[in-house]
Amino acid sequence: MTFVKPAFRHPDAPLNELGRSRQDYEGGLSTLCAGCGHDSVSAAIIDACFELNIEPHKVAKLSGIGCSSKTPAYFLSGSHSFNSVHGRMPSVATGANLANRDLIYIGISGDGDTASIGLGQFAHVVRRNLNMTYIVENNGCYGLTKGQDSATMDTGSPNKKGDINMYSPIDLARLAIEIGATFVGRSFSGDKQQLIPLIKAAISHRGFALLDVVSPCVTFNNHSESTKSYEYMRGANTDMPVDFVPMRQEITATYDSGATCEVCMHDGSVVRLYKQDNDYDIEDRQSALEATNHYAKEGKILTGLLYIQRDSEELHDVLGTARRPLNSMTEQQLCPGPRFLDSINAGLR
Amino acid sequence: MKATDTKDPEYFHKVVDCQYACPAHTPVPEYIRLIAAGRYTDAYMVNWESNVFPGILGRTCDRPCEPACRRGRIEEEAVAICRLKRVAADNKDDVKHLLPTVPAEGNGKRVALIGAGPASLTVARDLAPLGYQIDLYDDQPVGGGFMRSQIPAFRLPPEVLNEEVDFILDMGIRQHFQSYVSSLKSVLQQGYNAVFIGTGAPRGSDLDIPGRAECDASIHVGIDWLASVAFDHIEKIGKRVLVLGGGNTAMDCCRTARRVGGENVKVVVRSEFSRMKASAWEIEDAAAEDIPIINNHVPKEFVHEDGVLKGMRFTVVDVVYDADGNRELIPTGEEVFFEADDVIIAIGQDNAFPWIERNIGIEFGKWDMPLVDKTTFQSTLKKVFFGGDAAFGPENIITAVAHGHQAAISIDLFLKGERVENRLAPGVTLVSQKMGVHEWSYDSEVSNDDRYPVPHVSKEKALRDRKLEVELGFDIEVAYQEAERCLNCDVQTVFTTSKCIECDACVDICPTDCINFITNDAEPALRQSLRRPAKRQDQDLYVSKTLPQTKRVMVKDEDVCLHCGLCAERCPTGAWDMQRFFYSVTKAGSSCKQSSPSMTSS
Repeated sequence: MTFVKPAFRHPDAPLNELGRSRQDYEGGLSTLCAGCGHDSVSAAIIDACFELNIEPHKVAKLSGIGCSSKTPAYFLSGSHSFNSVHGRMPSVATGANLANRDLIYIGISGDGDTASIGLGQFAHVVRRNLNMTYIVENNGCYGLTKGQDSATMDTGSPNKKGDINMYSPIDLARLAIEIGATFVGRSFSGDKQQLIPLIKAAISHRGFALLDVVSPCVTFNNHSESTKSYEYMRGANTDMPVDFVPMRQEITATYDSGATCEVCMHDGSVVRLYKQDNDYDIEDRQSALEATNHYAKEGKILTGLLYIQRDSEELHDVLGTARRPLNSMTEQQLCPGPRFLDSINAGLR
Repeated sequence: MKATDTKDPEYFHKVVDCQYACPAHTPVPEYIRLIAAGRYTDAYMVNWESNVFPGILGRTCDRPCEPACRRGRIEEEAVAICRLKRVAADNKDDVKHLLPTVPAEGNGKRVALIGAGPASLTVARDLAPLGYQIDLYDDQPVGGGFMRSQIPAFRLPPEVLNEEVDFILDMGIRQHFQSYVSSLKSVLQQGYNAVFIGTGAPRGSDLDIPGRAECDASIHVGIDWLASVAFDHIEKIGKRVLVLGGGNTAMDCCRTARRVGGENVKVVVRSEFSRMKASAWEIEDAAAEDIPIINNHVPKEFVHEDGVLKGMRFTVVDVVYDADGNRELIPTGEEVFFEADDVIIAIGQDNAFPWIERNIGIEFGKWDMPLVDKTTFQSTLKKVFFGGDAAFGPENIITAVAHGHQAAISIDLFLKGERVENRLAPGVTLVSQKMGVHEWSYDSEVSNDDRYPVPHVSKEKALRDRKLEVELGFDIEVAYQEAERCLNCDVQTVFTTSKCIECDACVDICPTDCINFITNDAEPALRQSLRRPAKRQDQDLYVSKTLPQTKRVMVKDEDVCLHCGLCAERCPTGAWDMQRFFYSVTKAGSSCKQSSPSMTSS
């Protein structure tokens, strides 16, 4: 048995501004089924972090349970990582983020981990606007336990055996927009041209960023009738291409102004979108909900950056926490002693 | 671009860079795998089938395969292909029972071979088992030709040479040694049905500058001098020796001179170091024996006192290239004198056919070379064929072998009354190597090791004994490690468009970013738009048919593919498969008649 990724890379492979190669952002060799969409999402995260010149040790990747939640082992092996309890990744991410606000938090979850057991935690991390990127690798089934329908499976979509799903699906992107998410995108693992810039924009967003990525399960849910298959997505996907122009890079290309819109992020980076129609205002929740609804009714899936709220208060702003991560403070600062406790208690009497 | 036609045997052949570069197209990865498996005899026979002299070539080949080796494109150095071949030869068992047998009853046709070097011996090897009566003529007392007279024993021990020459001579070859053929006409008059001329390029170039005639006793022509040493006619040379020339003959001359009395031996070359014709490893070996190489010095005169050589004067030059790449040597005005007791001239060799009458139907062209067909090796006199250095000028052993095989095919066709142009396509097989999950029948893991150096005997020992072989060859353990460096380029990545679901798994896993799914375009544009632009034009793009879902195409740049099999490993549908490609050049007497290339796929 030989299943080892060779050490050699293309001799012309470029280095980023940190002098790092893409290889520095890779992880272990995937043990997921061959052809799993999740591996493409991992590859897109690798590309995004490489191109954003992020130091791998400045990233914390967190996950719950499921096929998706195994994937942090397959990218950014130089990063911090926490594989948490089923559906409980948001609490761990919240705790980590409150302790060290300087890291970049990437949460990886699946449709089971987020839309079933973790739905409660998901809703709350959304409304708290925790500064993190939350990627749902959505394949409409529980791949790790032989492919039962998940809560995101569309009504009427048959499973591999042919049984039709009778329940109504949870649309995580629409749910997130409804309950106050400040960045919501939807994409498809088979479309890296859209997915990579979306991940870059999500990482650059200050606040909670959800990416609902349709990521087909080749083993249990990739039959042609399934609405989460490669083939179906290729037909139904109505994509709004995305460009991410990092801060400091001059914007030179010009596009048709009609359906193009540019959104300046808080750090000066620019997200450029090519919208499906002019009336769609991606900074308006109602407009985003209407647009997604409109395409869903037509049996289409609208992908791209669906909604963004540029200036929002993330959790640290709301709580008024210290500017510095706890690990950079002294014991004296962290435990100032009984006098301070007494004064706090006095203030509560 | 049009979809790649993988049914054309040359497409996948070209991917096996080493085999493609080899004039005889020896299936290199195949025998390297056999060496790794410890099957030395089998590895030897794969070689012997193709190149006839594995033990000899494993020591002396010019190795066109190694600069072509893919390994040299992904890291510093190629696989030590040549030295692995020697491992097969050194460790083989008795192979006599595996050699082709000569039929007791001949076919009644007689073929004369003139010259007993690698080209003629290859023709003999191919034709004798078919029942032809072979008469071999050479002016030397034993067979081997230049392999014996020009390659010093410290690079090629006589026992290795004798064994492989005897394999052929023992096929009932009628040997006429020490018989110099002075007239082709007289040979033809003996009623041979065909004649093959493999007499090499026997005339060493001389240097006609002042003092040449006066100092004749101390000035030697390289190839003649090497032959005289090889046959023990010369045993000594002066202490101070100048060797003129920058090719492999010059390297053999200087190293031989070091062994027969030369203490202060210098090589002096007209051109600059980077343009020297000698193989890099031969230059290294000379340097290791304290032989300086002095470049950019053009010989001006032999300096003597009353006919006794004192040394040589050289003009120092700058080498300049014009816009068309033409070289010009511009004197700097400086002159240099080197003392010398002897000078060896090794500045090239020429063909010479004083023994071929010009009125018997063989036409000669430019440079007084016979007109020889590049494919059939037939001359303008239909029953006379040429091969080796005699055909198109000095090359090397492996080229002579390749010529010999092709000439043998022509002679066989000619004597069967068929058209010599009517040659069979190569034999090709393409078979899946998949054995199970993560299981391939080849060792797909890519070794990260650097090339292993071949051990040498100590310089002191080597210089004391002219016949002591300098290179010791790999031992079995190191040979295994070196064999593992081979990337198995003959295990091809084969793509089936109809099975692809465009999941990108292969793109994501490919360590060297070879695989792309993009919109089709003309080749130059396609090369540019790949994830890693395909700069090396001599490396092909593998283009699929249009994919059903997105109407894109799969484009794979063959250039730095590691043949690690991960694309096939991660492919959910088997659209990618690793299939072993075996390409064998058709030999004389092959009876498989077909007009199109054979290709079996599974």
